[in-house]
Amino acid sequence: MLSIKNLHAGIDEMKILKGINLAINPGEVHAIMGPNGSGKSTLASVLAGREQYEVTEGTVEFLGKNLLDLSREERAGEGLFMAFQYPVEIPGLSTTNFVKTAINEVRKYRGEEPLDAVSFLKLMKEKMALMNIDQSLLSRSLNEGFSGGEKKRNEIFQMAMLQPKLAILDETDSGLDIDAIRIVANGVNKLRSKDKAVLVVTHYQRLLDYVIPDFVHVLYNGRIVKSGNKELALELEEKGYDFIKNEVMAKQEA
Amino acid sequence: MNEELNTIEKTVLSDYKYGFYTDIEADEAPKGLSEDIVRFISAKKNEPEWMLEWRLRAFHHWLKMEEPKWANIKYPPINYQDIIFYSAPKQKVKPGSLDEIDPELRRTFEKLGISLDEQKRLSGVAVDAVIDSVSIGTTFKVQLAELGIIFCSISEAIQEHPDLVKKHLGSIVPHTDNYFAALNAAVFSDGSFCYIPNGVRCPMELSTYFRINAENTGQFERTLIVAEEGSYVSYLEGCTAPMRDENQLHAAVVELIAFDHAEIKYSTVQNWYPGDKEGVGGIYNFVTKRGICQGNHSKISWTQVETGSAITWKYPSVILKGDNSVGEFYSVAVTNNHQQADTGTKMHHLGKNTKSRIVSKGISAGVSNNSYRGLVHVGKKAANARNFSQCDSLLLGDKCGAHTFPYIEVKNNSSIVEHEATTSKIGEDQIFYCNQRGINTETAVALIVNGFAKEVMNQLPMEFAVEAQKLLAISLEGSVG
Repeated sequence: MLSIKNLHAGIDEMKILKGINLAINPGEVHAIMGPNGSGKSTLASVLAGREQYEVTEGTVEFLGKNLLDLSREERAGEGLFMAFQYPVEIPGLSTTNFVKTAINEVRKYRGEEPLDAVSFLKLMKEKMALMNIDQSLLSRSLNEGFSGGEKKRNEIFQMAMLQPKLAILDETDSGLDIDAIRIVANGVNKLRSKDKAVLVVTHYQRLLDYVIPDFVHVLYNGRIVKSGNKELALELEEKGYDFIKNEVMAKQEA
Repeated sequence: MNEELNTIEKTVLSDYKYGFYTDIEADEAPKGLSEDIVRFISAKKNEPEWMLEWRLRAFHHWLKMEEPKWANIKYPPINYQDIIFYSAPKQKVKPGSLDEIDPELRRTFEKLGISLDEQKRLSGVAVDAVIDSVSIGTTFKVQLAELGIIFCSISEAIQEHPDLVKKHLGSIVPHTDNYFAALNAAVFSDGSFCYIPNGVRCPMELSTYFRINAENTGQFERTLIVAEEGSYVSYLEGCTAPMRDENQLHAAVVELIAFDHAEIKYSTVQNWYPGDKEGVGGIYNFVTKRGICQGNHSKISWTQVETGSAITWKYPSVILKGDNSVGEFYSVAVTNNHQQADTGTKMHHLGKNTKSRIVSKGISAGVSNNSYRGLVHVGKKAANARNFSQCDSLLLGDKCGAHTFPYIEVKNNSSIVEHEATTSKIGEDQIFYCNQRGINTETAVALIVNGFAKEVMNQLPMEFAVEAQKLLAISLEGSVG
C-alpha cells in the first residue's frame, strides 16, 4: 500500500530524514518510535505534504501512485489521513460543517455524489458514540477552546468519519490521560481491517498497549535503525532510547 | 511558507461576475455639473418648484465645500466636469405597469438574479429596480398598499407623497452635512422611499437593487425610510456595475427615521465593480447613511457586507435620541487586489439608557487596505448608555493592510463603553489542516473567511445570507464547499 524508498528530506539546509525505507501492506499496523528530534514528525509531515519540508531524494508510492507528485488534498482524496499532533483552530467554523465539507470534497475527488444530510447525520451519530463526543462539541468552532483530550478525540472522530485507507497518527497519545488513550485506541482499532493500514508515530509505547502493532520501527537520526514486533516497543520502554543510541554507535565503530 | 501564501494570494484573485453591460439607448445629460444640470435633472423628473429650490440650495452650498481628505484612502482627484450626472435608459413607452418594462432591461435584471416578475419572485421580497438614474419598476406595490405601506421610487414619492418627502428628506442628513451629501442633494436621481404606518409590521422584505450601466455616469441615489410608531421593516439593498477601465462615482444618501417602538433593519450587500487586478477602474463609493432613533424604545440596525468598489467611504450611523433606543452596526468589509475601504460607524448616544453594538469584521487580501473608523459619542444627558464594539481584522498574505481608528467620547459618568479589537492572519497551518482533510486551498480560504464573518452573516435575512456567503467566497475566489 505504502512503499517508502531511500527517502531524504529536510527543512531549509538541515537534513532530517536520511534514507528511510518502509513498506506497509493493507491490514497492517506499524509503529514508528524514536527519541525527540529523530525525525518522526517530519516523516508524518512529509507524507501528508507539509510545505516547508523539501524532499531531496527517494520515492514514496501510495496505492500505485507517486505520492510526492500529488497535492495535499489529492493525497487525502486517495485515502491518506493524518491525525495532527497540534490540531489547528478555525474560529466560526463548526466541526460538523468542516467534516461535512471534507467528506464531500473527498467524495467529489473520487467522482462520488455528496453525502445526503440523513446519511451524514447517521454516520456522525455512530462515530460520536464511538469517540464519546458530544453534539455540542461538534457545533462549536473547530478546536477552539477544546481541551487537549477533546482535540485528539476530535482528530480520531474525523478519521472515523473519513474512513481513510492509511491513517497516520502523529503523537496522538501525547498529553492524554489513560481514559482518553483508551477512547482514542478504540477508535483506531475500529478502523483496522483487511484493506486499511495505520502508522502510529509515538514517543511512548503506552498507546501500543491498546493499539497492538504488527511492526515496530525505531527511528534514530533520520534512519530506521531497528525493526521488530510489539516486543521491541516494550524493550525500548524498559531500556530507554539510550540503548538504541549505543547500539548505533557500536555499529558505526565496528 | 511564502510559497503557500502565494497560493492563497493566487486563489483570492478572482473574476467579477456582474461585469456585463447592457446595450440600451440612453437619455443623458451633457457631461459636467452646473446649475443648468441641476435644473435639467429636476425638469427631467418634472419636479415641483420646492424640490428644485432644495436642490439648488444644496448645489450652491456644495460649490463652497471641499472634498474631505481625512480618510485612509488614496485616489486621483475626481473631475466633476467629466461625469454624466443623469442617464436614463430610453424606453419606448413609459411603463404603466411591470408588464410593460422594456424586455432588454428585464433581462438585465434577470441576469443579475433579480426577477421583476411578481409570480416568479419569492413572495417574501418586494423589489424596486434602479438602473443608472431611474427606477424602472417596483414589485408588490399593490399588496403593500393594502396595509398602508408606501414602497416606491423616490421620484414617484416626490410626485405622489410630497408632504411626507418634504417633511423628512434631508432631516437626518442635511445637505450641509458633508461634501458628498451636498453633491447628492443637488443631483440625486432616484432611489427608494418606504413609509410604514403606525403599528404595521411589513410582511415582506423590501429591497432595492441598484445597477450602474451607462458609461462615464455617476449614480446618486437617495433613499428615505420612515417607520411610524410601533412599526417594523426589514430593507435590503444590493448593487453591481459593469467592468470598466475608468472609475465611476457613486455617492448615495440614505436616511432612516424610527419613531416610538419602531424598528428598522437595513441590510446591504455591496458588490460594485472593484476594479481589475492592477487597480484599474472600479467604483468610487462615497456614501452617507444615517438613521435616527427618534422615538423611545426604537431600534435601528445596519448590516453591511461590503465586497465591491475600488474605494469605499461609508459610515452608517445611528443617532440614539429616544430613551431606551438601540443602535446596531454589523459589518463585513472585504478588500482584495488594490481595493481600499475606510468604513465604520458612528453611534451618537443622546437619550437615556440607550444601547449600541458594533461588530466589524475586516478582511484584507492582495495589496489592499482596509480601515475601520468608528465613533462612539455619549452625550451629557445619555445616562446609563452602553456601547460594545468589536473590531476584528483578518489578513490574507503579507502585502495588505488592516487599520482600526476607534474614537470614543463620553460626557457622563454613568455610561459604559467597551472596545475589543483583534488582528489575525490565515495561517499556513490552517490551510495545511484543511488540505490534509481533502479540502482545496480555495475552499479552505472560503471556510475560514466565512467562519470569521459568521457573527455578521447571521444578522442578514435568510434570503440574503446564502447569497452573501457565496459572494464573500467569490470575491476571494471559488465557491463554498
